[in-house]
Amino acid sequence: MSRNVSITLLNNEDARPVVQAIEKDNPACIINHLPSLVKVDMAGALRINRQTVEEILGREWNVQDIHLCLVSLSGEVEEEDDFFELSWK
Amino acid sequence: MSVNSIGDYSFDSRDKLENFHGAMLVFIQWEQHLVYCAPFAFPLPPDMLLGDVMKNIVLPAYAYHPDSEKATLEDFEKGQWLLDNKPLQADFTKSLAENGVKHQSILRVTIPGLDGLVGQGSAA
Amino acid sequence: MAITRSKPKMGIKERYASMTRDLGWETSYQPMDKVFPYDKFEGIKIHDWDAWVDPFRLTMDAYWKYQSEKERKLYAVIDSFAQNNGQMGITDARYLNAIKLFITGVSPLEYAAHRGFAFAGRHFRGVGMRVASQMQSIDELRHAQTQLHAMSHYNKFFGGMHSSHLMYDRVWYLSVPKSYFDDAMTAGPFEFLTAISFSFEYVLTNLLFVPFMSGAAHNGDMATVTFGFSAQSDESRHMTLGIEIIKFMLEQDEANLPIVQRWIDKWFWRGYRLLALVSMMMDYMLPKRVMSWREAWEIYFEEAGTALFEDLSRYGLKMPKYYEVANWEKDHLSHQVWSTFYNYAGATAFHTWMPNDNEMEWLRDKYPDSFEKHYQPRFEHFIKEQKKGNRFFNNTLPMLCQTCQIPFIFTEPGDPTTTCFRETHYKGNRYNFCSDGCKDIFEQEPEKYIQAWLPVYQIYQGNCGGKEIEDVLRWYNFNLGEDNGEYLDSPDYDLWTQWKESQSRAV
Repeated sequence: MSRNVSITLLNNEDARPVVQAIEKDNPACIINHLPSLVKVDMAGALRINRQTVEEILGREWNVQDIHLCLVSLSGEVEEEDDFFELSWK
Repeated sequence: MSVNSIGDYSFDSRDKLENFHGAMLVFIQWEQHLVYCAPFAFPLPPDMLLGDVMKNIVLPAYAYHPDSEKATLEDFEKGQWLLDNKPLQADFTKSLAENGVKHQSILRVTIPGLDGLVGQGSAA
Repeated sequence: MAITRSKPKMGIKERYASMTRDLGWETSYQPMDKVFPYDKFEGIKIHDWDAWVDPFRLTMDAYWKYQSEKERKLYAVIDSFAQNNGQMGITDARYLNAIKLFITGVSPLEYAAHRGFAFAGRHFRGVGMRVASQMQSIDELRHAQTQLHAMSHYNKFFGGMHSSHLMYDRVWYLSVPKSYFDDAMTAGPFEFLTAISFSFEYVLTNLLFVPFMSGAAHNGDMATVTFGFSAQSDESRHMTLGIEIIKFMLEQDEANLPIVQRWIDKWFWRGYRLLALVSMMMDYMLPKRVMSWREAWEIYFEEAGTALFEDLSRYGLKMPKYYEVANWEKDHLSHQVWSTFYNYAGATAFHTWMPNDNEMEWLRDKYPDSFEKHYQPRFEHFIKEQKKGNRFFNNTLPMLCQTCQIPFIFTEPGDPTTTCFRETHYKGNRYNFCSDGCKDIFEQEPEKYIQAWLPVYQIYQGNCGGKEIEDVLRWYNFNLGEDNGEYLDSPDYDLWTQWKESQSRAV
């Protein structure tokens, strides 16, 4: 079994579309709700696609906007114009 | 190993004996009585009798523990002692120094049969 | 639905290259070694400074944009919290003792981190690392300031929060966080980043911030939740700096591996000992609990930490030394620490108390292998005596560990009934340690730790305001009878009870 990566986001309006996009693009992910937080775990790698978030939001979204609601992560980060990815090598 | 540094790096011990105005640091613990969370630290003159240390300082300090009423000074003297991890035949009529106690030494004592609030290794 | 998107002038990578890497240059009036004199003495070999990557690729302009957005949100909440008497909405005034510990023990670390990263941000010759360190330095200053602002509202009503920085410099238990950070700040820039960015931020910080802020949310403390998460949103960037610095050192030269491993061993253990304070906060100080220390340790260290070190094993890096001891201690740590602060309640700037029946049940449930057998009898005794008017105050001073500066409260690994003692000798003097981890750290750099300012021994040397305990507590700037002592006898408790009574009368 591949190791889990994990991302923790605030439980607020900035993060909600991001969490929805994660669920859509990473169907095997496990979502844990903690007081004021959402922790998403996923075996191997987890990807947030800009386009999916924009479709949910109905407006432009910049991948770096994730900094406004990011709480913690586990895994190595790759950030590009179109996606944000966590993985273990 | 030594410290990697950008220049000369040597210091005095901040707790060297000379800094304690004639006393030395001694640590004392009645084993298995962890109602008291940690061993006591006392600055004590090396020529103070171990019996006086126990009678005037250590036993009053343990007064809150119910076991302290059950243990006499003699029980403590006959207890099993460890000085710096080695067995010690404690002699209450001799000084700390004569008992082998040094600066930063640790004295630990166990009295068989008196092992805390509920016994059975709860260590309270 | 397709979103029409204006095409940015530069992509993330391009913007990052031109707005960070292009800001550095090879100096010509002075040799680089003179301009950057501190990035070699630690023995870390770097062949190509440009190989360092910042996966977030945050540029200064984007940094200011996001940070100002965070600040606007935060101050709106702090304002509204103050205007709406937010202090009355918390679950119980006992909760605020966690906040007192935070403002005196953690916020000063944020300020120290600001200084440490300013140093690192000046002294690495690689420009990518300098920019990342400079951003973090500003982040840490922001954290210290916003924490003081947010908590200043509680300071209007409750004790123990009035002199956080002075207390940090003087109070016995606060020498634990202070000495931890001073140790890191007096190292070179590579060790500093290994200590703070990797070992603390990446490996351990989730154990501090996530339960703390989640705990605040659970206990109605909107001010702390908001500053906490505002700070924590910077933390992912800091964590990433941490993992990247480790990879960078290991990829640059094989000879760096033993140095990095030694630093990780050291800073894992130092950070873990520091978090002992957090364990009791989670298990004892939150009226509504989020998760136990044991559960948090399992999620954030045993699971996440193991995945991390498996990932790093491709460089030859091993799990930090003595992690098994920390795993074993998860059943005991918080109980031993709470017991200690209950002992010394007379000398702390926060209050302690004994758990109520429901809380005892929770503790038994969360700690089936340890609580009922080893800690409940102790606590029941305290409760019985307290009901008779004989609240326990330990009036002696404890023996301290030469490295972590915590009293000797920890027990032998595998045996919770016997205090753990370790010792070593250096230049004719004896030194005592609470654990093998602390002893090893001393033995690597004895000359550093023989200078340790150990509060109890400083009191005995006459350097802390006077001979009597009361003199010392005044030197700590405690308001005696207000800041210290049993919670049920505190002005905090009286005030809270009054508020609650007047609220129920109004209903």
